[in-house]
Amino acid sequence: MDYLIEVRNIVKRFGGLVAVNDVSMGVGRGEVVAVLGDNGAGKSTLIKVISGVYAPEEGTILFEGKPVRIASPMDALSLGIETIYQDLALAENLNVYSNIFLGREKTRKAAGIFPVLDHEYMHREAAKVLDGLVIKIPSLRSKIKSLSGGQRQAVAISRSIYWNAKILIMDEPTAALGVAQQSQVLELVNTLKARGIGIILISHTMFDVFKVADRIVVMRRGRKVAEKIRTETTPDEIVSYIVGAEAV
Amino acid sequence: MSTENTQTAAQVERRGWVQILARNWALAFLILLFVVFSFTGKGFLGLTNFENILYLSTTFVFLAASETFVIITGGIDLSVGFVMGLSSVLCAQVMQSVYAAHASAAATMVVGALVGLVVGIAPGYVSGILISRYNVPPFIATLGMSGITNGIALTICQGFPVAGLPGDLVRLGNGYLFYSFPGKGSRFFGWPPGVTDSQVRELTRILPNGLLLWLVVIAILLYVLKTTRFGQHTFAIGGSIEAAKRAGIDVRRHLVTIYVLSSFFAGMAGVYNVFQTGVGNFTPFNASYELFAIAAVVIGGASLMGGKGSLVGSVIGVLLLAVLNNGLSISGVAAFYRFIAVGIILVIAVVIDQLFPDLL
Amino acid sequence: MSDRQAARPRTGRLVSFVGRRWALLFLVAEAIAFCFIARGFFTLDTFQLVFIAGVPLFLLGLAETFVIISGGIDLSVGFVFGFASVVSAKLIVALQGAGASPGLAILIGCAATLLIGMIPGYFNGVLVARLRVPPFIATYSMLSVTYGISELLVEGSQAGNLPYLSSVIGTGFIAYFIPGHGFSFFTHERVARGTPVYSIIPLVVVAAFVFVAIFVFLLRMTKFGHHTYAIGGNPDAAVRSGIDVKAHLERVYVISALLATLAGILYMLQFSQGKSDAGASYLLDSIVAVVIGGASLYGGVGTAGGTIIGALLLSVLETGLRVLGVATFNIYIIVGIILIIAVLIDQFFPEITSSESGASP
Repeated sequence: MDYLIEVRNIVKRFGGLVAVNDVSMGVGRGEVVAVLGDNGAGKSTLIKVISGVYAPEEGTILFEGKPVRIASPMDALSLGIETIYQDLALAENLNVYSNIFLGREKTRKAAGIFPVLDHEYMHREAAKVLDGLVIKIPSLRSKIKSLSGGQRQAVAISRSIYWNAKILIMDEPTAALGVAQQSQVLELVNTLKARGIGIILISHTMFDVFKVADRIVVMRRGRKVAEKIRTETTPDEIVSYIVGAEAV
Repeated sequence: MSTENTQTAAQVERRGWVQILARNWALAFLILLFVVFSFTGKGFLGLTNFENILYLSTTFVFLAASETFVIITGGIDLSVGFVMGLSSVLCAQVMQSVYAAHASAAATMVVGALVGLVVGIAPGYVSGILISRYNVPPFIATLGMSGITNGIALTICQGFPVAGLPGDLVRLGNGYLFYSFPGKGSRFFGWPPGVTDSQVRELTRILPNGLLLWLVVIAILLYVLKTTRFGQHTFAIGGSIEAAKRAGIDVRRHLVTIYVLSSFFAGMAGVYNVFQTGVGNFTPFNASYELFAIAAVVIGGASLMGGKGSLVGSVIGVLLLAVLNNGLSISGVAAFYRFIAVGIILVIAVVIDQLFPDLL
Repeated sequence: MSDRQAARPRTGRLVSFVGRRWALLFLVAEAIAFCFIARGFFTLDTFQLVFIAGVPLFLLGLAETFVIISGGIDLSVGFVFGFASVVSAKLIVALQGAGASPGLAILIGCAATLLIGMIPGYFNGVLVARLRVPPFIATYSMLSVTYGISELLVEGSQAGNLPYLSSVIGTGFIAYFIPGHGFSFFTHERVARGTPVYSIIPLVVVAAFVFVAIFVFLLRMTKFGHHTYAIGGNPDAAVRSGIDVKAHLERVYVISALLATLAGILYMLQFSQGKSDAGASYLLDSIVAVVIGGASLYGGVGTAGGTIIGALLLSVLETGLRVLGVATFNIYIIVGIILIIAVLIDQFFPEITSSESGASP
């Protein structure tokens, strides 16, 4: 299978602890891969290796088939690997489109000399992105502070896809959301999938995983203990991998 | 404290002296200042001068001690300087009126001191309520109170020191616990009978009342902070308000108490100031007492983020600033350099804190 | 949370409207009240006096606005103000002593002071951004250091002996109108005692507003201003968005010191002296102006326009009470109460700042 991004034999140690031990996995175009595991199983370390936060001790990363070096989050971003952390990294005091353009604001020349923010442009562009998403935001001039959890998630996701994410890593996107909003976010994941974005989803919620994932990777004590096609497995089987019953 | 336990013996030994020095840098610096000034300043090393240093630092010990509690909770009290002025002025004003009504000196002093102490509570209570009930940031609430107390103090005294107070005031404020004169016996809080002014030099005087007061205050506050639940909760709130709430601590009430405490000791500093100088002094606008107190607390190892601080450290901070002040002026350095020195030391304090985050 | 916007009741809108603009409404009400109760308040001179008295507050308030929006605080502005007044006065006298004409000495002296005045700001910025010293401590240290240096420069006294031209500029107006003589610009001819001279638009106010305009533009319209809000709102998000937060904060503190320096220079021109503690009492007032203007000390919220309104509110109050003959002491009490009210209003109407047109872009 042609992976958009693939990691091979990744090892990451912290002192004496092997957080990620010889793990290989990949995500294809328009595919959702869920990474499951108990707390401390090594899933977030693996994700941080892919998003450039940690450098692995061993192993290779292939992007569109070619080996790449991801030494910093900026490297990951320039490849089109966007990560949405649980805290979403939004500036609550700014409005929706300002957050989508944060750090990459569009300016125009006022009176031909002074660079000023082009609010109209940013508003228009942000509207284009958000229009394609399931979750509706009443006004793009609303402050993040006044948005619901699901709407915030949508803003964070819009930011990623506006800047041409090819791979989207989502860390517990439905945690801390109400039931209705959870399903909206999952629908959002399906929308992105349809656009050909490869998604790595970290979740604790079996329901979410079985609703959107194509493949499921289970990690336990730093190792990959199972990789299953969603249609060929059951939640019970996955749980037994997570707790280690079937691996013995 | 807990970091120490988790370190291996080898690590502790390897970093031992750096750590001890960095942790106690304020004390080390204080000792260094002592040594340097002993050489550079004629008359620095002498009982009279030490008394001078204590004299100058007494009110600041009160301000810094109470500020320590506030800062440990993660707050700040900018009103202490002007609360001190208000208490001082009001205490003197009451004494003046009572004394003018032919009350005895003793009664005058007691009434005036009580009024000064009681009025000191009010600004802290208001700030405490604003901060804990209405979520007003401590910075703003106490800044507002500083303006209000300053205005009231100035209105009371019309911008002049309040004089016309009993003379016994200064005799007590600048007196000693115990006097002894060869052949004429000894006495607490006063000269033995029969000692004349010309014999003062031969009088043995032990323990200035100011020092006594500040030792008592620090001892009580140390007890409260170190050994009581109240002290424990103070640290807990500074560490995490949420955690403290969930643990069932009445955070609102605790914060009100903290600001009342802070303001009360600022009031005490004001009252003591009257005993020390014999007049009621309003706080000049550019005196920056509160900033001086905060500086001492930070030099003493407290963090403005809350959860960290020590009373002994704050006292060392006050002494460091006072010795610096006194030593520089005795060494003949222009007074203005002390401002620069204070600024630099303050930065060093925090930078050391940043470089060795796992200390204290 | 999601339906907070939709479900805001209609009565709430009025409260919210008033709550959001209370400072402006208070300012207007206050000005009108003084016009009625204070004899001599409603005159061109008093009106201009409000602005002249407000100059340090506009500039220091604006300085503080940048810093507070970025999530910090600058306690040094008052003494950078004094430092600048001393340095500029000393420089001008020295330049004149070296043979420069008064005009040239003033020009070079002021320009050089603007540069020198940025140094304390740079140190503040480095301490806060690179060495992670809390802003409160870093800027307090700088307060101490600048005060010490300016006291050293004046040796405990004041810097004076400035050329006559400086006070001509500092107390001058753009135009004068003398009935019967007509208009004249910058100076007016000598007239007999008792002849009314209408002075129009003070020069210091013009100078202050040129800078105010530049920095309001910077804060409102540019990427720089936008990033200042972002850093105050969520520094982590700003870092992850690729904003160079450390460099940005350094510039914020330099801007703060620059504006304080300008205020100090204008003071020097106005009063023909340099005084190291000239700006001491403005520290509190400038922070109060910013908070009245709707900024939050937690960072990320506030506007330059709000600060100007806050500064005007204080300036009208002070001028009005002076005209009324109320003792200065009471002003401190009133300012303290207004400060607390300002924050309480913020606390009781949290939706004011979270809605679309709240106090940030």
